[in-house]
Amino acid sequence: MSRRDFLSGAFRGRNVALAATGALAWSHLVDESRGATLSPRPPGARDENDFLAACIKCGQCVEACPFDTLKLATVEDERATGVPYFVPRSTPCYMCEDTPCIGACPTDALIDGTAIDEARMGLAVLSDQETCLAFQGLRCEVCYRACPLMGKALRLEFRPQERTGKHAYFLPVVDSEACTGCGRCEHSCILEEAAIKVLPRELAKGQLGSHYRFGWKEKPEVSRDFTAPERAPDLPAWEHSMDRVLEAMDDLSGIEEP
Amino acid sequence: MSWIGAHRYWLARRITQLCILTLFWMGAHLHLGILTGNLSASHVFRTVPLADPFAVLQILVTGQSLAGTILLGALIVAVFYAAVGGRSFCSWVCPVNPIADLAAYLKRRFQIRGQFRVAGSTRFWILGLTLPLSAILGVAAFEWVSPIAMIHRELIFGAGLGLLAAAAILILDAFVVRRGWCGSLCPLGAFYSLLGRRSLVRIGFEAERCDRCGDCVVVCPESQIIDYDRMTARGFIDSGQCTNCSRCLEVCPRDAYHFTLRSRRSAAQHLDGGDHHATRSAA
Repeated sequence: MSRRDFLSGAFRGRNVALAATGALAWSHLVDESRGATLSPRPPGARDENDFLAACIKCGQCVEACPFDTLKLATVEDERATGVPYFVPRSTPCYMCEDTPCIGACPTDALIDGTAIDEARMGLAVLSDQETCLAFQGLRCEVCYRACPLMGKALRLEFRPQERTGKHAYFLPVVDSEACTGCGRCEHSCILEEAAIKVLPRELAKGQLGSHYRFGWKEKPEVSRDFTAPERAPDLPAWEHSMDRVLEAMDDLSGIEEP
Repeated sequence: MSWIGAHRYWLARRITQLCILTLFWMGAHLHLGILTGNLSASHVFRTVPLADPFAVLQILVTGQSLAGTILLGALIVAVFYAAVGGRSFCSWVCPVNPIADLAAYLKRRFQIRGQFRVAGSTRFWILGLTLPLSAILGVAAFEWVSPIAMIHRELIFGAGLGLLAAAAILILDAFVVRRGWCGSLCPLGAFYSLLGRRSLVRIGFEAERCDRCGDCVVVCPESQIIDYDRMTARGFIDSGQCTNCSRCLEVCPRDAYHFTLRSRRSAAQHLDGGDHHATRSAA
């Protein structure tokens, strides 16, 4: 078939209809292989959508990982097929200083030069207070001790324990600014099913409406610049308004003149 | 001729395919650094980058910026295949090739008739759709559904359900459409056809030796390219769709086929760009 035959055939109605149907089915297949489950990504990964677009699925990060943490999602996974992920509960990221996975990425889908402490693979979330031992008033702290950024990414918050009246709760609290999502906490949790889990950040994080102002945070600024109005109104509010309306009507009279 | 002699290129191809796969597997599991990665992107001796130019093109149209490493890798591969014939990838490297060849063999051996016909141009349509679709979907459209990548990844990183794609291609090719995947649908093959249109390495043809027995047509996976008049006029198979699989060389009882370089032939017979070049270098 010559190029001309190909191009002249290309725009016949039937072919266009076939191509459109094909494209729709194809798009659906792509959606399917994107999968339903979101997973923690390797260190330095671009934001999820950009990462899915830029990853060429070569598996070089997987090969470079000395702890066999990273996996490539297979077809039967409910995850984006062929893209690297990890399951912190079985093997967390041990946060190598030299980040061999990032170095191995040929496309920069894992952004070159990302320091491991700046990596955001996911976000640890204390997802179940009802089973977490610390919330029962027991001293556990295993996740806290396992955290490579202990005291920063995972802090302990002390609260009085009402049941005994003389003990304290040692509650693990995640700081999303510092947490890398490495999953050492989830991996170390001593429960049958971890009460602290690493979730993809876009799944875990809330978003505050931009109009919110917290008085106690902005108090210093407000009190510095705020001055009371010099003249307190001596008339009730409605009388003020009435004056304004009358003044306005005086102005209107000018309009009627030719 | 001995069996080995009659299958020398066939054997060479199978060995090449197997070696590439084994080296990738050893890279992943034994941390042997000869080849790491897979056919989408890799490194040779952990230094020279290689990348699938079609995959890189799809990623670029999604609007992502890519590292220089991958662009260089894609360039190296593109230049290589532009020179040796784009579809050499298909018959010498691609893991689907043995499956497609097995299906074609079964079809011949057991005289299985294909029920459906799909135009060979369909793959160019699919190729044409890949780039706009990638731009719309925001991910590399073919890479996300490619049975080639799926089979290849499963072979290297652990055999799972993805290998069903291999079975699907075998069934498609053997029972539904003759040369269904490689010959009709695969956009990667179509991409390499276009890339290798003007390739240097070609299968040469000597018309005076040919007695038109048709043995080559039977074995050729792209039999539409065996066009006697065109081959006689050119002195070689001048089509990007030739995969350089060299089966025609092996089966021809009169040795009418041989490997050749485009420039030498075209200098002798045609007044095209290659001719000027040859004249100048001779002078």
